[in-house]
Amino acid sequence: MRVGVLALQGAFREHKLAFERLGASVTEVRLPEQLEGLLGIVIPGGESTTMAKLMKIYGLDRALTDFYRGGGALWGTCAGAIAVSSEIVDFPDQPRLGLMPISVARNAYGRQVDSFEVDLEIADFVTPFRAIFIRAPRIVGIAPSVRVVASYAGAPVMVRQGRIMATVFHPELSGDDRIHGYFLDRLCSVESQYQPASQ
Amino acid sequence: MVEKTKGSITVKTGFAEMFKGGVIMDVVDAEQARIAEEAGAVAVMALERVPADIRVQGGVARMSDPGMIESIIGAVSIPVMAKVRIGHFVEAQILESLGVDFVDESEVLTPADESFHIDKHAFTVPFVCGATNIGEALRRVGEGASMIRTKGEAGTGNVVEAVRHARSVVGSIRQLQSMSRDELMTFAKDHGAPFELVLSVHEEGRLPVVNFAAGGVATPADAALMMQLGMDGVFVGSGIFKSAASLSGKDRSEAWMKRAQAIVQAVTHYQNPSVLAEVSRNLGEAMVGINIDTLSEEELLASRGW
Repeated sequence: MRVGVLALQGAFREHKLAFERLGASVTEVRLPEQLEGLLGIVIPGGESTTMAKLMKIYGLDRALTDFYRGGGALWGTCAGAIAVSSEIVDFPDQPRLGLMPISVARNAYGRQVDSFEVDLEIADFVTPFRAIFIRAPRIVGIAPSVRVVASYAGAPVMVRQGRIMATVFHPELSGDDRIHGYFLDRLCSVESQYQPASQ
Repeated sequence: MVEKTKGSITVKTGFAEMFKGGVIMDVVDAEQARIAEEAGAVAVMALERVPADIRVQGGVARMSDPGMIESIIGAVSIPVMAKVRIGHFVEAQILESLGVDFVDESEVLTPADESFHIDKHAFTVPFVCGATNIGEALRRVGEGASMIRTKGEAGTGNVVEAVRHARSVVGSIRQLQSMSRDELMTFAKDHGAPFELVLSVHEEGRLPVVNFAAGGVATPADAALMMQLGMDGVFVGSGIFKSAASLSGKDRSEAWMKRAQAIVQAVTHYQNPSVLAEVSRNLGEAMVGINIDTLSEEELLASRGW
């Protein structure tokens, strides 16, 4: 199974290592043509404003949208969750893919001194998951079609709608690969029909 | 509700991981901070005088005014870093209380303590520290640094020292990887590095924290060079906002923006020479720069700290 990690900026290496530990092949994606042949892709944590600009410059915003519409699976963590959202509170002009009907508020858990880790109960997981929240966005609204997989302190922190998923914490930093396994097993199971546009 | 933990090593080093493949820019006011954010910086370093000015003006360089730092925090949504003098833990306490996201215990400011660096484990806010070689890097990590950077000669526009430090650290990592276990203690002794961290580098083939380039990066090619040498990202100090010195007003802001964007793209596409050529085109005048051979021993910043 081959999946991609958007490697423009941020913690892409940790995602790559997690997928490789689970036996998947991983492509680092920096340009649209590198999406070819992937079943799914993760948009990692990093700085959401930086990633949004870099996506736009080389047309990855459009390519990722085509990839998802063509049957590819998509998972955004932290800044990646902001990237896939349909609304960013207080930053209406920040570019986003808008592929998941969720509303997010940036840095709503506070600055870095307020960043934290906590044991999180996740539906279908037998034992809690050590979730690491770093200047995390808060999911403040979801469409009825979006399923809440995990919540913390009254807000959803892991949500899924079919082939698209968002986590506002960092599963790639905890050394626990269960959420990466969840993505591979449940979201990447259907063959992607994505074909990159010819240049 | 379940107990949550703040300021753990995972939370601090994990935050530093988020900067990888990114550019952190020195800014002296809200206008520069907005340009940096708009250009795609992953964070800004708020300081009253960039290193190039500290060199010219001389005197004791200290932590910036809290009011100035707060104005930067208020101007941008990306993380804000600020510098404290080596060993000055009270300046660090003040920055932590302001909500600064990362503290740089920096040789660019005048050292406050000639023997001891700050005990960085005592803080919730994470720290970045400079290092010229692997021993220095692992000593700083042992004290609790969550991020390491080279100690290139800040404010010179000359990347040679940053290259020296990057090559030294990366070379030592390769050396450690190929050593047998019974050689590690002697390596730790010779380099003045904590044994457990030497063992970790031997096993993992990398420092326990991210390692950035800093000091003298002035062009997209400089930034890509540091990335190809194995750095995780880049600090740019005087390189952006000391360029285009003969321009003013809107022209200067546009030149800064163009150079800042070019360096951001160079760090992402550091392995792609055609992208590097594209972004390097027509950037206008770089900062003037200083030839490091012309600096006296006392003017070199890298020898501050140990």
